[in-house]
Amino acid sequence: MSFDVYPALYLFAAACFILALKWMSAPATSRRGVITGEFGMLLAVVATLLRHEVVNYEWIAAGLILGSAIGVPLAMLMPMTHVPQRTAISQACGALASALIGTAEYFRQLPHGFTMGALVLETLLGFLTFTASLMAFGKLQEVLPSRPITFKGQNIVNLGILGVAVVLGGSLVLHPENTFIYPIFVLLALLFGVLMIIPIGGADMPTVIALLNSYAGLSACAMGFALDNKLLIIAGALDGSSGFILSIIMCRAMNRSFTNVLFGGFGQLQTTVAGQEARPVRSASPEEAAAILGDARSVVIIPGYGMAVAQAQHKIRELADILTKRGVDVKFAIHPVAGRMPGHMNVLLAEADVPYDKLIEMEDINGEMAMTDVALIVGANDIVNPAALNDPNSPIAGMPILDAYKSRTIMVIKRGMSPGFAGIDNELYYMDKTLMLFGDAKTFTASLVKELGSNHH
Amino acid sequence: MNYEFGFYVFMLAAFLGFELIRKVSPLLHTPLMSLTNAIASISVVGAILISGEKDASTLSRVLGFIAVTAATTNLVSGFLITDRMLKMFKKREPAKK
Repeated sequence: MSFDVYPALYLFAAACFILALKWMSAPATSRRGVITGEFGMLLAVVATLLRHEVVNYEWIAAGLILGSAIGVPLAMLMPMTHVPQRTAISQACGALASALIGTAEYFRQLPHGFTMGALVLETLLGFLTFTASLMAFGKLQEVLPSRPITFKGQNIVNLGILGVAVVLGGSLVLHPENTFIYPIFVLLALLFGVLMIIPIGGADMPTVIALLNSYAGLSACAMGFALDNKLLIIAGALDGSSGFILSIIMCRAMNRSFTNVLFGGFGQLQTTVAGQEARPVRSASPEEAAAILGDARSVVIIPGYGMAVAQAQHKIRELADILTKRGVDVKFAIHPVAGRMPGHMNVLLAEADVPYDKLIEMEDINGEMAMTDVALIVGANDIVNPAALNDPNSPIAGMPILDAYKSRTIMVIKRGMSPGFAGIDNELYYMDKTLMLFGDAKTFTASLVKELGSNHH
Repeated sequence: MNYEFGFYVFMLAAFLGFELIRKVSPLLHTPLMSLTNAIASISVVGAILISGEKDASTLSRVLGFIAVTAATTNLVSGFLITDRMLKMFKKREPAKK
């Protein structure tokens, strides 16, 4: 009797999502991309509300209002350094939604065959991504220890739990009426999510967050199959492939395999090696460092997670400005895995008003490093560690690094001599041309700025 | 009920996703992740369908309500923070100052 408009709106929404990703490719069009994505999502929600199956609006309205009330402050009040945590918690919400919908759908119709298979996949991925994202959030927020926690036989236990969950899921597909199995299946999926993240160190978070993003997308995709909804399939597949390709990029940037990231327990073995013998290093005061920086012709600043922790990005930009004014050529070198999520450093420096054409990717800047007067390393460690190139036994062997060691002078702003996240000692610190600038990244940079400012006239 | 068709849609969308994402500059990887994270909140569609049903059981209603809330949180915060980040990316120091 009545003509349904929602399929047409869904089609438009899917087109919007595709355009959103297309426009995301360059900074000039990226904001248009977000607006298109928002519009697509609005179309999807409105179209769904218009469907004749939807008759009861109170609970929906309450959920939409409550969700917005949580979502707005989450987005607007989070400092930019906390973007990885926000992404993790938001991912947890999305995955939980997907898992609960699958659960409700299961108890509503106890479906058979293909639909049940899709539901099992949806809830498995949803629940495990939920707890895994919460764990990732805990590690990033440092509520939980961010070093990997490992125990003997961990991988066997983890895979065993996943295996049992999959078998139970399979049995549910064959006999959906065995509802008592379902809660066990859910518990195992939740447990696997927790155990999966425990052995993963903070430095591997960029890969893991990208991978969880992919899982959340695939869960939405499976929901699309269960509900026979093409829009969900398309949006889920876009998200799934995006997360997957990003985690591959991250793995490549570390010269590691997926298996190594997920099962490697990376970074807990070397902790005992560091700090056995105190080797001499050269350190410098802010005055000395400022004098060298002021006389340099070219300076490359290499930021790492330490810059984010110290919230030093604004002071770093001031330093870059003051050097530029004195005629120094200042650039920023960005390693793909610097920070705790893909592109983390770019966002922080953009927040501090560093123009993005000053942010140079690793492949493009490495050729210039030998001609650089000063490489200023701020809170980065493993991504400039020459052991990756020289020491085949190093845990980071083969990882592409920023060639800071080639520059004429190396300055490292660092709190103390403690090893980096992977717990590996860094040869760079002991080189003759290296000056260690001990102190908090923000305070030290501020004193550099002060020195250079007062020298100027 | 045509699953085969669904798989074709999935395959095409996944390939398209790979091609589109590969072109994204590493500069924008963080906003890209929050955008795709926001798009994954499309599960709000399923959540609305579950909660809005005519004779839904209490279980469905409660699960649906939590799902709508969680998906909306993901949706709203995902899109807002993506935009907030992208606003900060500037090519040169703005002329006015």
